[in-house]
Amino acid sequence: MSTRRVIMFTKFERFWHWSQMTLIFILLFTGFAIRGTHSLMSFETSGMLHTFAALALIVLWIFAIFWHFTTGTWRHYVPTSNGLFRVARYYAFGIFKGEHHPYRKTYQRKHNPLQALSYLGLKIFLFPAIWVSGLLYLSYPMWSNLTAGKNWLEGVATIHVISAFAILIFIIAHIYLLTTGHSFKEHVKPMITGYDDVDLTEAEESYLQQDEPGHIKPEVTIK
Amino acid sequence: MKFKYSIVFFIALFFGIAQAESPPKAIVKAPKHTSTSTADHSKFEILQQQFKSGPELTAACLTCHTKAAHQVKQSLHWKWEFEHPETGQMLGKRHVLNSFCGNVASNEPRCTSCHVGYDWKDMNKAPPPEDNKVDCVVCHDTTGTYSKWPTGAGHPLYEPKESNGVMQMPPDLSKVAQSVGLPERENCGSCHFFGGGADNVKHGDLSTALLAPDKHVDVHMAADGLNFACTTCHISTEHMIEGSRYAVNTHDDGNKKPGERRDVATCESCHTNKPHPDNSLKHVKLNNHTEKVACQTCHIPEFAKGGVATKTSWRWSEAGKLKDGKPYSEENYTQGNGKHLHTYLSTKGTFEYGENVVPYYSWFDGQVQYTLQSEKIDPTKVVDVNRIEGSAADPDSRIWPFKRMSGSQAYDKVKNTLVLSNVWGPTTDTAFWTNFDWAKAIQAGMDSVGADYSGEFGFVDTYMYWPITHMVAPKDEALDCASCHAKDGRLADIKGVYMPGQSNNGTLDKLGILAVLLTLLGVIGHGLMRLVFKKGGKQS
Repeated sequence: MSTRRVIMFTKFERFWHWSQMTLIFILLFTGFAIRGTHSLMSFETSGMLHTFAALALIVLWIFAIFWHFTTGTWRHYVPTSNGLFRVARYYAFGIFKGEHHPYRKTYQRKHNPLQALSYLGLKIFLFPAIWVSGLLYLSYPMWSNLTAGKNWLEGVATIHVISAFAILIFIIAHIYLLTTGHSFKEHVKPMITGYDDVDLTEAEESYLQQDEPGHIKPEVTIK
Repeated sequence: MKFKYSIVFFIALFFGIAQAESPPKAIVKAPKHTSTSTADHSKFEILQQQFKSGPELTAACLTCHTKAAHQVKQSLHWKWEFEHPETGQMLGKRHVLNSFCGNVASNEPRCTSCHVGYDWKDMNKAPPPEDNKVDCVVCHDTTGTYSKWPTGAGHPLYEPKESNGVMQMPPDLSKVAQSVGLPERENCGSCHFFGGGADNVKHGDLSTALLAPDKHVDVHMAADGLNFACTTCHISTEHMIEGSRYAVNTHDDGNKKPGERRDVATCESCHTNKPHPDNSLKHVKLNNHTEKVACQTCHIPEFAKGGVATKTSWRWSEAGKLKDGKPYSEENYTQGNGKHLHTYLSTKGTFEYGENVVPYYSWFDGQVQYTLQSEKIDPTKVVDVNRIEGSAADPDSRIWPFKRMSGSQAYDKVKNTLVLSNVWGPTTDTAFWTNFDWAKAIQAGMDSVGADYSGEFGFVDTYMYWPITHMVAPKDEALDCASCHAKDGRLADIKGVYMPGQSNNGTLDKLGILAVLLTLLGVIGHGLMRLVFKKGGKQS
């Protein structure tokens, strides 16, 4: 087993991550403007922008879902209890004592168990909640007469707003966790260049060198 | 540069003052429409005579227009009576009470000056049955000289008469007869602009400002624009004219085939329920509003435009004060066109006015329930003289703009009903405007319709609602989203519908923001602890 610098985030994954980030920031900003939580943008402009950004994000998600399944990337998000407790314990105690992060990322598992679990939660609960409520919100005129006088829209809006706050909280935690372990820069860089240092098995190493030479950097002494 | 601007400013100021002090403008003539008629009435022999009276003129009209009188007599303009198909209430001017002059009964000759006929002097009876009692020319005169004398029970002047120091001349009925044409806005306006006793008093969106308005005042009637007559929208068949205060069509599919009759005078009748063109996201969104929001709500951001104010409050309870035993008046309101308006009259009480008024909004399904004289009221609350029906749950209801009139009017303190009063009658000893005695005026009003009256009266505060539908603004003046989609937006009091940006009560946001702040606090605390332990959690 050796540590090598390999492509961990492919071009599409990086494109997906950063365009999703941009769209989510636009949606949060315009969404809270529509809600009236802040008044930095007019209702009309924010309403239009929010709708376009949401439609763009839905298209992006459709591609991302397709990508997860066709490339097998979904396996990175399969929950595991193996090491979960140790990672949690590290963030709660070990980190203050200067302990090493208990997880070593591998080619097959690029996220630590806690990370994978929270991304999975985001993908199967939060994102569907916001997009289903958002689509209901957007298509309100199609069902408004069926529920006339029952004010279902308020329920839809409430789910949408709770999801939005939850996503905002996720983002705060997500950005903060970039400062732990390696430096902030070391954490962000792989999502820009695609390369990260991971432990490869001999089989993985020889496979990459043989078949995907563009995905692995020549061996250098790291640190 | 600064000097230049200040000159401009002073010139503007000078003209502003000069304008404000100039005498009231004469009523502007509305632009005429070209007649497409195949008949020139001045060529008809029967019209080339000196008519001595209105009925005599009508008789001449009917020699050719043999069905006209019969048709007019089927109309609301004639009957002043409308049995509401939904509520069963017997409405119409003959029966309803309002918060302006109150009631027609016992005041007939004054009020029936706006009846489309002659000599209706008793509300207990239907209008006079003779065909020649129909007034053709009040609607069809194109000379602008025919007008019904205010106290003539529908007749014009036949002899010169002095009024307020000015000699008023009778119209030349022969000339009037020879120049008849389709109704122009002056014809309709001669009654409808003056409801409640003077220009724009009652409706708020119907005033002499519509005679020759600019586009800002009314985009449809603008003299330099579409130049609609009233009848362009209020189409008629057999003298029955579309549009009603009592049973309003709030919407229309507008989907008529060529030549198919349109019996509805709504915006949608022409503009359809998808009025915003093209499929831009904004227009799709706006078109989605038409199921809940009346066109008028966004497109009539304010009414009583064009310099003519509307009465917003009329307190009868203040009427009857005298100075040295004599009635007096105050004129403390000057409207946009420079005209001074009464703020107090001993005969009528105190008035308040509004111009460019922001409407009151309510769900409206087109049905208006009236508080008729026979109905019990609760005098401890503000009494609705009429009630606007409709709700969020009803697919026919729309959010609609209204003029909300505040009033204070007499009621029976024992029976808890509104009362009628006799206000007009220069030679009687009961009319309030002559004798300033409420007890007698109310007794006479109630007696005139044979209503029960305890003899004890008080005054109760009232509201009355008038749907707003005229004075449509150009599209660039339509309300923007944030007029309603904002905290304290225009529709803040509308119930039963969730409005993004407005309906949010703040609790969820407070909880959400709290959760976000706690998260921030958590990560900052976590980070600080890492710094305090100086090891930063760095891996080697």
